[in-house]
Amino acid sequence: MDSAVKEETFNWFSMFWEGFTGMSKLGRTLWIIVIIKLIIMFAILRPIFFPDFLKLQVNDESEKAGYVREQMIERSSFDSGK
Amino acid sequence: MDLLLNATAVGWARGQFALTAGYHWIFVPLTLGLGVIMAIMETIYVRTGDEKWKKTAKFWQILFGINFAIGVATGIILEFQFGTNWSNYSLFVGDIFGAPLAIEGILAFFLEATFISIMFFGWNRVSKKMHLASTWLVTLGATLSAFWILVANAWMQYPVGMEFNPDTMRNEMVDFWAVAGSSIAMNKFFHTVTSSWGLGAAFVVGVSSWYLIKKRHQDFALRSIKIATIFGLISFILIAVSGDGSAYEVTQKQPMKLAAMEGLYEGKEGAGLVAIGLLNPKKEAYNDDINPYLFKIEIPKLLSLMGYRNINAFVPGIKDVIDGGYTLPDGTTALSFREKRERGLLAHKALADYQQAKSEGRDTDAANFEKVIKDNYSYFGYGFLEKEKDVIPNVPLTFYMFHFMVLVGGYFILFFAVVWYFHQKKKMENSKVLQYIGLWSILLAYLASQFGWVVAEVGRQPWTIQDVLPVQAAVSGVPAGNVMTTFILFAVLFTVLLVAEVTIMLKQIRKGPDF
Repeated sequence: MDSAVKEETFNWFSMFWEGFTGMSKLGRTLWIIVIIKLIIMFAILRPIFFPDFLKLQVNDESEKAGYVREQMIERSSFDSGK
Repeated sequence: MDLLLNATAVGWARGQFALTAGYHWIFVPLTLGLGVIMAIMETIYVRTGDEKWKKTAKFWQILFGINFAIGVATGIILEFQFGTNWSNYSLFVGDIFGAPLAIEGILAFFLEATFISIMFFGWNRVSKKMHLASTWLVTLGATLSAFWILVANAWMQYPVGMEFNPDTMRNEMVDFWAVAGSSIAMNKFFHTVTSSWGLGAAFVVGVSSWYLIKKRHQDFALRSIKIATIFGLISFILIAVSGDGSAYEVTQKQPMKLAAMEGLYEGKEGAGLVAIGLLNPKKEAYNDDINPYLFKIEIPKLLSLMGYRNINAFVPGIKDVIDGGYTLPDGTTALSFREKRERGLLAHKALADYQQAKSEGRDTDAANFEKVIKDNYSYFGYGFLEKEKDVIPNVPLTFYMFHFMVLVGGYFILFFAVVWYFHQKKKMENSKVLQYIGLWSILLAYLASQFGWVVAEVGRQPWTIQDVLPVQAAVSGVPAGNVMTTFILFAVLFTVLLVAEVTIMLKQIRKGPDF
């Protein structure tokens, strides 16, 4: 088997093509799960439920540090005289 | 339900991270552990040419693939949460976290993704050695991924190699090797990876035991048990060694965590290690006179030995860490909570003054205030806290999870030794009791694996970054209702994924190897 394999030049494309087209039912099921999961995560959860919180609070990138600084000072025990 | 609705955003954010990290950690250890085992089996096939080993390796590769496919990208959910629920933390540590996570994504993940395609599609297309190399590289890629994530986590436990910049509000990396090579990172990596190896071994022995119970594919099962048992025994011995290393590191760098792990309220010289104990639920305050234990069996002096390599060393308890006054390993005297808080407040006041001075163009004043911040930065986090009890993690949870984990570790050393003995004497196939123990031990391995992380992460509370940033300063101002909604969404999504994994895995196991 090894010598037969060595005679043929390794081809990434044909490996993937034959691999995907010849997948078992299990393989196809797993790929469907992976694709659905990635769509849910990146097309639904991320944009709708997980925005960049700091971007929503400030007008541009340079203001992020100032916002966090204010938050830290506000939450500090010293600020409320405790 | 009322309790859930009234919980704060901090609680929900913590709970969400714990939920998603816990689910993620169901899949990762099996990838790391089963990866090595299937690679060992394929190595035996390539060396011996025995087709039975090829079929054995291929079966475990299928289960590896199921676990990998279901688990892939579950870790990315954690990164989503950094930007939304933990935005202050995210900016604060961006320069430190960014590097390890970027390396993890670019190097490790692509290594895995590239060679996993050859591993699954490349049988009969590449040479035996190329395929074997691909299998090992998939495992190496997964292990490298784990390394970089653990470097990031280790930095949270022991922040080094950085300087705080009050202009950018970031911890800026000044020494990459201090971060990547910290003693906490090294130890955490070895302990986590070897524990995953142990889980993989327990999984293989457990599944193989099921085949023996059903009297199916017995030759395959015994062959698998042979490899997994040796691998498991070595792994759990390494777990014990690296666990000892962990105890040493935690003692040096996170004394409050160690005290919580041991339920140690009053420090002592020649402190013993609690082997088994029952905490007293009536113990409410760290400084009351109530005995913290209802019952305990202690191994004399072992905690001092593990923590300081000196059987008579003083191990501080919770009260000592709060009250200070004891001698630290570097010879200095430990500060009290109040003293640390004073320094933290100095840093916070200086930060406010720095902001004011910069806005008014008073550069000299700003430079002076910046020096005050940096001089007191080691205690920055204490400035957010008010009471002594704020620095105490959940002692019962940390204590019981730690002791369960250690007991299970000891159990598995014994378990693999016994299974190995029975296998060598050709008694394994007839010992129904041991087969059932093997099967149910899979659950123990998963529980111990999860509990280890509970110890690591609950034990570091209230800190997201030890001494520098507590959770209440790290969390975003996101409404609790929003976080609760995503918590429920994740609980549903991950439960569905877990059910899918278990269903598909069981179906494939029932189908059996292709012999």
